[in-house]
Amino acid sequence: MATKSVMIVGVGGQGSLLASRLLGNVILAKGYDVKVSEVHGMSQRGGSVVTYVKYGEKVFSPVIEKGEADVIISFEQLEAARWIPYLKKGGKVITSVQKLDPMPVITGAASYPEDLIEKMRAKGIDVTAVDALSLAEEAGNAKASNVVLMGVVSTKTDFEDEIWQQALEQCVPPKFLDLNKKAFELGKNAAK
Amino acid sequence: MKKLLLGNAAFARGLYEGGCKFISSYPGTPSTEITEEAAKYDEIYAEWAPNEKVAMEAAIGASIAGARSFCGMKHVGLNVAADPLYTASYSGVNAGMVIAVADDQGMHSSQNEQDSRHHAIASKVPMLEPSDSQECRDFVMEAFELSEKFDAPVIVRTSTRIAHSQSIVDCEDRKELPLKEYTKNPQKYVMMPAYAKPRHVFVEERTQKLIEFAETSSLNRTEINAGTKTGIITSGAAYQYAKEALGDTVSYLKLGMVNPLPVKLIKDFAAKFDEIIVIEELDDVIETHCRKIGVNTRGKDIFGYIGEISQTIIAEKLLGKKNESVSLDENIPVRPPVMCAGCPHRGVFYALSKNKITVSGDIGCYTLGAVAPLNSMDTTICMGASISALHGFNKVRGAEAEKRSVAVIGDSTFMHSGMTGLVNIAYNATNSTVIILDNSITGMTGHQQNPTTGKNLKGDPAAAVNLEELCKAIGIKRVRVVDPYKLEETEKAILEELEAPEASVIISRRPCALLKYVKHNPPLKVENDKCKSCKMCLKLGCPAISIKNGKACIDHTQCVGCGICAELCKFDAIV
Repeated sequence: MATKSVMIVGVGGQGSLLASRLLGNVILAKGYDVKVSEVHGMSQRGGSVVTYVKYGEKVFSPVIEKGEADVIISFEQLEAARWIPYLKKGGKVITSVQKLDPMPVITGAASYPEDLIEKMRAKGIDVTAVDALSLAEEAGNAKASNVVLMGVVSTKTDFEDEIWQQALEQCVPPKFLDLNKKAFELGKNAAK
Repeated sequence: MKKLLLGNAAFARGLYEGGCKFISSYPGTPSTEITEEAAKYDEIYAEWAPNEKVAMEAAIGASIAGARSFCGMKHVGLNVAADPLYTASYSGVNAGMVIAVADDQGMHSSQNEQDSRHHAIASKVPMLEPSDSQECRDFVMEAFELSEKFDAPVIVRTSTRIAHSQSIVDCEDRKELPLKEYTKNPQKYVMMPAYAKPRHVFVEERTQKLIEFAETSSLNRTEINAGTKTGIITSGAAYQYAKEALGDTVSYLKLGMVNPLPVKLIKDFAAKFDEIIVIEELDDVIETHCRKIGVNTRGKDIFGYIGEISQTIIAEKLLGKKNESVSLDENIPVRPPVMCAGCPHRGVFYALSKNKITVSGDIGCYTLGAVAPLNSMDTTICMGASISALHGFNKVRGAEAEKRSVAVIGDSTFMHSGMTGLVNIAYNATNSTVIILDNSITGMTGHQQNPTTGKNLKGDPAAAVNLEELCKAIGIKRVRVVDPYKLEETEKAILEELEAPEASVIISRRPCALLKYVKHNPPLKVENDKCKSCKMCLKLGCPAISIKNGKACIDHTQCVGCGICAELCKFDAIV
């Protein structure tokens, strides 16, 4: 199998580390070679963050470059748009519709572009957009929007639901497991 | 047992399996998780030291005492620890000693992009360089063996992409080792001239033996692909990029030991190919070595000295291939990192920015005070430099500068190397004003305890340095504490201390808003009819506040109710 490349993008603090760990554990359970490259440190403080997940027979480079991603999973619209050049021709975008103003927009030095999802679709990109934040709040905590989004992702992969559930159990502390399982289900249903 | 492990967690696994008993480190991205992960193993004693020099000296002491020991740090941390390193190279070890240094190619979270291999060369210490998590685990264990075999501390160099990438690791059980016997041996451990001179001879002989080892060690391996005309010499993350870009169209010499470098191995490899290309990030260490031993290579003429290499850079430069990609024809505003909503540093920087104070900055989350809209930092050099550089600045510019300038430094950075600068201010007398931003944690690296927090690495109660008493003991008479959530009080304190006729310290005390034990207030709201759209609140640079439909709007998912925007609003529109 050719190496598959998945990018998880968002704003520091939105929970991309948990999302990538979930996906990494699912891939490991399927017996693939896998690399997950994360960003820690300064960029985590509200900056644009990106995690790379690559899997296949044998993975070498842990990073994904322009034109290489099969899928971009985004927690925020502007971040989805920012990383579009990294998408392979025919690649998919799965994004939350959430918008977070970056500091240049807050200070008035720039404006937040309008209708980004429509503009992505106009370029022929396959975009799945969900209101992950509202669904996470429905599940009980706004912070679970990462897991909602992974629920959406699970419907776009060949990996069995059972394996996703096991990965959730491995990656989420027991006291938050029920909440996250609910968030995951809401994500799955939203994708239908 | 196969596990998906972060490079740093695999490193910790290698320490565990390799029988490490003692760890002393100072946090620094991208090295921090090695020590955090290792601390989870009960068989290993692990601590955060106040700085890297102390950490390395503690690890040297533990090694001499007979325990396999470790200290971890980022690249710039090794500068701080360079002093003990260069002499530990002479005195060697009793039980094995391993040092982790994590370089940050691309400067994801650092103030420079230095290449740590130069420290290994200059201190004449062996250095290994893993290319994935499995090698992190394996090389650490090998490093302990080498350390004991060759009587040298051994450095294992990682990088952001190795340290912070997860890949699959095959793990085994721990090898429990008894303490080695400690025997007094001043000729080996007391490095004064009479004893150090023979040790230098030993070091040079050791280097020769290490080169012989490097010629045949499995750490360095060749991958010959039939019919290929180009040989690639590479190491670390660059090996992975090269493999991805070039596959089996070339042959490889992958160097797992980057100091000292082999001679015969490289010459024999080079003789097989029409062309040799060195692919290495940052400096031309391997390339220069090749030239020195008469092997003609290309390398830096193609790839340069700056930032990270990648599979696409290699494919483009060597194969002329470029990936197709789409773009949105849209101006996408940048999203730089910012101080979090509720960050206790914000109030201080707002006061400094408003009064146009010259700010001598330091290393931590608060370095973000340099960016818009606060724009409140004039210099940032290295850990601790805020205080010492302010002293120099004020000494030459005199009273006018002293009344218009401050140093800002975090609690952990102050303990690391800020307090010696404060001693200098007291001792050599400038009328400087120092603000210690005490958020009760080491923030930027992800919440590590430090000597002021009252807890140790394992989270158990520990002695806490009393900053007020410490500053007074140093000789600063004017020491006061403010709550940075109280904007007016904070500004008043800063202006008063700047006017004061002697040096002063202001401790701005409020725990990091991200700490789990910090109780947040309910999120604030803007009353639209009262908001006059003056945008005063936007001057705080709070990521939770933006303008929606012409009025200020607070994002309830981010706001922690710190209230400084409400203090600033002249129309009481924020409640």
